[in-house]
Amino acid sequence: MMNSLTSIWAEARSNPLLLVLWLAVAALAAYVFVNGGYLMAVLQFACIYVVFVAGLNLFMGFTGQVSFGHNAFAAISGYTSAVLTATYGWDPVPAAVLGIGGALACALIVGYPVLRLRGHYLAMATLAIGLIAYEVAVQWDSVTQGYMGISGIAPLGVGRWTITSDRGILIFLIVVALLSLLMVRGIRRSRLGRSFVAVAGSEDAARALGIDVARTKLLAFLISAGYAAVAGSLFVHAVGFVSPEVFGLHMVVLAFTMLYVGGIGTIVGPVFGAVIVALLPETFRGFKEYQDLAYGAALVLILIYTPRGLVSLPDLWRRRKAAQKTDVQQTSARQGGAA
Amino acid sequence: MSLLRLDHVSRRFGGLVATDDVSLEIPGQGISAVIGPNGAGKTTLFNVISGFLAPSAGKVIFDGQDITGRPPEAIARLGLVRTFQLVQLFDDLTVLENVKVGFHMQTQGGLLSALLPGLASRHEEQMVEERARDLLRQTGLADQAGTMAAVLPYGKKRLLEITRALAAKPKLLLLDEPAAGLNKQETEALAALLRGIAAAGTAILLIEHDMSLVMSVTDQIAVLDFGRLIARGTPDEVRANKDVIAAYLGTQSEAAHA
Repeated sequence: MMNSLTSIWAEARSNPLLLVLWLAVAALAAYVFVNGGYLMAVLQFACIYVVFVAGLNLFMGFTGQVSFGHNAFAAISGYTSAVLTATYGWDPVPAAVLGIGGALACALIVGYPVLRLRGHYLAMATLAIGLIAYEVAVQWDSVTQGYMGISGIAPLGVGRWTITSDRGILIFLIVVALLSLLMVRGIRRSRLGRSFVAVAGSEDAARALGIDVARTKLLAFLISAGYAAVAGSLFVHAVGFVSPEVFGLHMVVLAFTMLYVGGIGTIVGPVFGAVIVALLPETFRGFKEYQDLAYGAALVLILIYTPRGLVSLPDLWRRRKAAQKTDVQQTSARQGGAA
Repeated sequence: MSLLRLDHVSRRFGGLVATDDVSLEIPGQGISAVIGPNGAGKTTLFNVISGFLAPSAGKVIFDGQDITGRPPEAIARLGLVRTFQLVQLFDDLTVLENVKVGFHMQTQGGLLSALLPGLASRHEEQMVEERARDLLRQTGLADQAGTMAAVLPYGKKRLLEITRALAAKPKLLLLDEPAAGLNKQETEALAALLRGIAAAGTAILLIEHDMSLVMSVTDQIAVLDFGRLIARGTPDEVRANKDVIAAYLGTQSEAAHA
């Protein structure tokens, strides 16, 4: 643990912008913790999405695949948690464990055939999975209560110890989000993580080195589905309410935005993506009816100027400086020649 | 005894016979080469050997096992590791990490050791790190260990691909045009590296266009033309072979037309 802490510190020092971003997020968390208010809900929401996006990042950023359907796994575990605690009076922990297990089982059954597809076909097939999950949530009235949704879901906790205060929930979610990031970091630096990135780089070369590509993709899919399922259960227990819209297509669009804004394929990108995308609509509240327009414009600008996400900003800056340097050298060389 | 044996191997693409009844034995040491004019079927033959294509007929025997039609990853596990004509690196990994992937087959770590690196796989990771750095020193890439593979200059990319293949501890290393795109200096360095690899006990089979490389490093050469094996022997024998000269320069009647 000490080791990983010191290496995190070394990384931060070598990348000052990242340090600034971390400090900004920490300051925001501290401010919200003290003052509460509406931002509390925004930050809790962001933490849950950090988990979801960090998992999606494993599958899309590291392994180079695409999925528009991970909301399905969040929906399966989220609804399992909701139904078992609200309707049948289960404790949240066994309900969530069963939900996550169910989501993983579905991911295994679905992933095995679907992962034979590539590119656009994989995107279409996964999109279908997400849409099916949404339809089931809407239509299966007797269990999910359709559009009405389920309320009275048990709060996070074990037995008599429950976390019900906003501050407590925030702390818990921050801890879970950080843990999930540490796990992603561990995976990325391991043999398994290298094989993920290898598959993204060249499936042929990976196979030529003895990597079972189909199995590797399935593992990445399962792990990321696990993250999505954890996020789904966290959401319903933290908020206490679930409806089909919570895990609809909107979830996918939001997660994609966070992934690309933060920096796809980086370890910490999902944090900044989730926090910024969650905050942006609030930031532009002053624009009144132009709020959505300003929000959209901000996203487009971020994506144009940091194509590999906010985390890639230092690279961009370095490259620009290097380019200026060569410009200066060329100019002075030309002037030298003229003189 | 031969390490690799092709037994009447053919591969057809529709009406085109890319590999036509090729029988060939590659020994378990030294450097062998398959040469031939463009379109002679060299790369198809390589793909059949390494499992990326199934043969239409015939058998491929490696290290005493029939590997015909097995998937590439299974063939790699037996110790037959290849590189590609168009360099296939893992662009989003560093040079060092690329080589570490080469150790995939010799290591075990799965999800558990990824999540608990301190407990389960520290020893394994240390071993991989040390051996990967050793290999990079041997091939002269040690200074670039932390560089992203994508930004290496072309010659070094070729070198990295070979280094990564060596990490997989092959019994037979298949190199698909390793000198393509290299300048004269780089080609000479490559020749020295290949001799070193062969001297250390790893057999090499290469496909090559660059005749200077082939003639200077190989112990035996097989020549393909229109998918058929037309000659085999030492470099000197092949150089003197009439069929080979005809295949490369065109027969006299063809030359007259031209």
